Parts: sequence; C-alpha cells; structure tokens
Amino acid sequence: MSNDPAPLLVVRDLKTYFFLDEGTVRAVDGVDFAVHPGQVVGIVGESGCGKSVTVKSVMRLVQRPGRLVAGTIRFRPSSQSAQRWPLAPDGTLDLAALDPQGPIMRAIRGGEIALIPQEPMAAFSPVHTIGNQIVEAIRLHQDVDRQTAWEWGVERLAEVGIPSPAQRMRAYSWELSGGLRQRAMIAMALACGPRLLIADEPTTAIDVTTQAQILTLLRALQEQHNMAIIFITHDLGVIAQIADHVVVMYLGRVMEAGPVEEIFLRPQHPYTRALLRSIPSIHTPSRTLLPTIQGSIPHPFNRPAGCPFHPRCGDFVPGLCDRNTPEPVPVSPTQTVSCHLYTGELHGEPIPDRSSPA
Amino acid sequence: MANPSQTAPPLLEVQHLCKYFPVRAGLLRRQVGEIRAVDDVSFAVYPGETLGLVGESGCGKTTTARCILRALAPTSGAILFRTQEGTVVDLAPLSEAELRPLRREMQMIFQDPFASLNPRMTLFDIVGEPLLVLGRMRDRQQRMDRVAELLEMVGLRPEYMRRYPHAFSGGQRQRIVIARALALNPRLVVADEPVSALDVSVQAQVLNLMLRLQQELGLTYIFVAHDLSVVKHFCDRVAVMYVGKLVELAPTRSLFFQPRHPYTAALMAAVPVPDPRLRGKMQPLEGEVPSPANPPSGCYFHPRCPHAVEICSQEPPRLQEIAPGHFVSCHRAQELELVGVDAAEVPGHEG
Repeated sequence: MSNDPAPLLVVRDLKTYFFLDEGTVRAVDGVDFAVHPGQVVGIVGESGCGKSVTVKSVMRLVQRPGRLVAGTIRFRPSSQSAQRWPLAPDGTLDLAALDPQGPIMRAIRGGEIALIPQEPMAAFSPVHTIGNQIVEAIRLHQDVDRQTAWEWGVERLAEVGIPSPAQRMRAYSWELSGGLRQRAMIAMALACGPRLLIADEPTTAIDVTTQAQILTLLRALQEQHNMAIIFITHDLGVIAQIADHVVVMYLGRVMEAGPVEEIFLRPQHPYTRALLRSIPSIHTPSRTLLPTIQGSIPHPFNRPAGCPFHPRCGDFVPGLCDRNTPEPVPVSPTQTVSCHLYTGELHGEPIPDRSSPA
Repeated sequence: MANPSQTAPPLLEVQHLCKYFPVRAGLLRRQVGEIRAVDDVSFAVYPGETLGLVGESGCGKTTTARCILRALAPTSGAILFRTQEGTVVDLAPLSEAELRPLRREMQMIFQDPFASLNPRMTLFDIVGEPLLVLGRMRDRQQRMDRVAELLEMVGLRPEYMRRYPHAFSGGQRQRIVIARALALNPRLVVADEPVSALDVSVQAQVLNLMLRLQQELGLTYIFVAHDLSVVKHFCDRVAVMYVGKLVELAPTRSLFFQPRHPYTAALMAAVPVPDPRLRGKMQPLEGEVPSPANPPSGCYFHPRCPHAVEICSQEPPRLQEIAPGHFVSCHRAQELELVGVDAAEVPGHEG
C-alpha cells in the first residue's frame, strides 16, 4: 500500500469478533487498509466477508455481542476539529481507542465521517420530514439556527439533483421514489461536509438505470468536495467503474489490495482471479460453461484454519495453506496479496499467471 | 448447446396477455384505478430454447411469469401451451382442477432459496412432495430412489436426503429447488431470478448446472432476470419489458449488438462493466421508471427517451417485426442508429 503524505484513514490489524453462545465469529480478522484524501476506496467481497463490519468498526457502530478486539483506526480530522481533540503527534486520532458513545466519536460520526446506508427506506424516519432530519443532522454538528440549517438543506438537495428541493424538504421519505430517496440520503450524509463518506452498498436495492445515475452523482460530488469515499459492494462491475483503489475481502481478511487497474487487469490472488473469471460479463460468449469456484463460502463458525480460501482454492498447497495464515506481501509498489504463492514460504519459482481455471 | 429449432411449433404462445391489479381506496374499498402490471404482451417460446425476460423493477416480468404458470389469473389474453400429447391448451381460462394435470409439465425455480424451502421438511420431503402430490408415487422406496436420482443430478449427495434445508448454503439450496422443480420431468421451467440471491462465486455453478440440465433433459426455460450480463450469457432470445409492455424481443446477439429500442440501448449503457478501462462509458438515463398506476401518454418511455419526437407522446407504438425474429415497439425503430455492446473495444482479462 502506498504511503503518500498524510493518509486520511489508516486501519491496521483490525479485528472485530462477535461473541455468540454458539461460539466466536471472527467477522473481521486482521484487516489493513488506508484511505487518502480524495480517493475512492472500493471494498469488494461476497456475503460474510466482513466488509460491512469493517466500516461499522471504523464508525464505532458495532454493537454487542460484537466487539472490536484489536487494531488501530488512525483518522486525521479536519484542522478546525483538530484543535479541540487530543491528537497524536502525527495529527491523527485512534478511533479504536475512543469511547463509541463519547463526545469525540459523536462529533466525528456525521461530522467528519458520514455513512450512506444500503436501504434508504429503512434509514430515514417515516414520521419526520426529510427536511427535519437534515436540519437535525446539521444542527448536531454546526452551531447554526434552524433557518440557516434549513437553507443549507435546500442547497444540499439541489446539489444532489433533486427537483424542486424546497418542496422536497417538507416531504416524507415514503413519498419519494427509490432513486430520489437515495439522493436525499446522500444529501443528508453531505450536510456537514464530511472528509470521508462511507457508502455501504448504496446502489444494491435500486434499478440499473438509477444505479448509473447515483454512481455518476457520487463521482461528481467526490471531485467537487475532494472528499474520500469508502465504497462497499459485492458487484465487481460497480467497483471497476467507481473505485481508484480496491480491497478484496474474503471471510474477514484482505486477500488482495491495489489500484483498480491492477486488481482487474493483473489479479494475483487465486480468489480474485477465480472471481473475475466466474462472472458472466456482458462481453463473454453466450451459453458456454463458466469457470467456477468449487464449493461455497464456509459458515462463519466453521472458518477454515490457515488461509480462509484454501478449501476452494485451485492452487492449494497441503501442509502450508491449511496451517499458516498468509500475511500481505507486496507484488508491485502498489499492490499487495495475501497468498502463500507469494510469501516465499513455498519453495521453488513463483507461480506464473494461469489462464485456465483450476 | 441446445439449438432451438424455431421451425417446430412453439411450446408456449402468449397472446395479448394482460394482468391488471385494482387500486382500492376509501372506506368502502371502491376501485379507484388499476395498475397495468402486464399490458398486451405477446411472445412465443420454442422447445429447447431459453427465453430471457428482462426489465427493471415494476416492469411486469415476474407477473408475466406468474401468469404463465397460472399462479395468477390473467385479466385477459391467451396462454397457449402445447401438452406432451401435442394438443394446444389455453391455460388462461382454466380452473384450478383443470390445471392440475398440466402442472407437472411446467415448474418454477424461485429467486430466494432461503424463502422457498420449508425449514421443517427434509430434502426427501421437499423433493419428494411433487412426486406424491402430482405424480401419485405412493411407494416410499420408489420415491426415495427418485429423490436420490434427482439429488445426484443436481450435484448433491443422496445421503443428504434426511437433512433439513438449514444445513445447506445458498447455492446448495438453489440446487434443491432445482431438483424439486425437475421431479416430474417438466417440459417448461420458469426461473424467476434464480441466481440473483446467490454470491458471485456460486452463481456460475448454478448457471452451469441449469445449462447442463437443459441439454440433458431437453428443457425449455423462461429466465426472468434483471442482470443483463447473466441474461446475455444464458439466453437464446431476450424479451425486454418496460412498465408492463414488451418493448423489444430478439435473438440475444442481435439484441445486444444491434438494439433497436432506445430503452434497450439505455439499459445496456447503464450496466457497470467489470473493466476499469471502460470507465466513463456508463451513460445514465434521465429520470426514473414511471409507476404503472399512472403511466405517461403515448410511448411509456418517451419522457426519458433521448430520441423522442412529437408522435411518441401521443400515440402508443405497436410491436412490429423489424428484421426476421426481431420485434420492437418504437415509432422511430427504422431510422434510429443505436449503440449496443461493442465487442471490438473489449480486450480480455489478465492481458
């Protein structure tokens, strides 16, 4: 991972476990990544890979029986907030060490880091108007009167492309269509000018033509505000279209991370390669058998030892992959892979690219 | 590849199918309007082929599928089904009792395998139920043999017969759903979004299984989906729906490479391609899908259509055959030059 000057967020060895009666679910088990100002980082993975729990941990929204058990989350607040908070010498704040309900965390949530949830219908209160909810969000973080906050809200709604924004402020969430509701959600997230926006599957519940509008809007807003975005999705197509940097997760661990071109054009981890091959693209030949990944994602209680992908991996090395968990190793100045093919523990030559599926 | 012969008589012919749902309001629940979920849809399905039914939410693709299986009673129109004996039956006016002998010939695969399997039934009960109910297979041992055979066919171990669905992952559950659908050797299988609830890494397994079974058993599929990449991969012909209307129907290749309806072209332009080199090619369509309760005048697509002219807002277009086997419902279909998926600009992965 590149260490450009002053990353906005650096997550190191993050572990979030859920302690259930049936056992411990290691939902996030040693995740590292960094977000630089103005960068769009895409976290991609299938169900149970821990992508949502990762960002919930960053926002300190993990609830019991879940607990953040290890790791650091170093966030660099904006200069005006920084004067009030006890920062480390490098100007960052370890969110993992803060009280999730404490005043600093509450100021960061919504003020510095904002969230767009997956289902805007569930995220808005149905008994308050959109305007009231946006005004509440603004006044929680900014010392302004109601009238000013209302005007800001109208501006935000206009900015995200909602027609007749002044009227929409008085509307309830259920009066809006899916696309407009998601736009209103984005307006609310942007209300306090966050430096980091976390979008958790923001387009999963909406139609493909509306999805294209929302992605274009997010990209435009990101450029205008020079805001960083963490974009979570399971859709590799969406990731390829929006992200600058991609983090591929599987069962709570980062399998591969790097710039979007490297991940899609030169994937190195067997999981990333297999995943990219197995999706029917609009450009692949029709009615032919697709290369598949054998098996299915294990149940979180039966997490495999060693590399979590080894039972499904075509390059599985017995005695190594099922014992030792591979640590991320750089395969280029910007790309890292967690796989024993690259850790040097495997004797012999590095495994060349394979074009045929296992 | 099962090559569908369109010279054979169609297995299923849907003619002017309509399904309207009443909108009721007020104390007396008086009907104040109607939602035209499916509005004058006609198409044919030939033996051995896969017809894709695509569109965004509310376009009526699922309602069409449910009407064909007579899970819903259509408002009007005909659903002509060619039975095993070769007679053509109109399913639309039949009663439940009259439909019963025909049910074994058409089966359904549902979207969510977590909702479509009863958690209190074992695999033997689930897969064996159609054998007992419609197949009149009373002998338990005979049923067990058939269930074992079916489980093996979909790639599950016959020993799993005594287990309950909770012990299986999403992909395995969808295999169980497929085994149940195939229990009575149906000829037509309607699959409603069969892979959209599955993880990416298991989608391909289920699609491959469905392709293999089609070839082995000579099945005919109606494949309802919103994911255009999956549809392009899986279907021989594709029907595109928009707000209850059929807007375009064509062989998959011509539909994707030479779409003739602006909506089809817009839909394809909106699909995010998993290739960062094709960034910025996504062209969002303005506006949103109108409500079928209150559709626009003329062509339902005209408020969002970049090519709309005056006639589009006044007169609804009729479905016409613009090239052999290529049907489109657009006033300007003859003159427009639309861009589909361009094969030339796409290099392979790991290049």
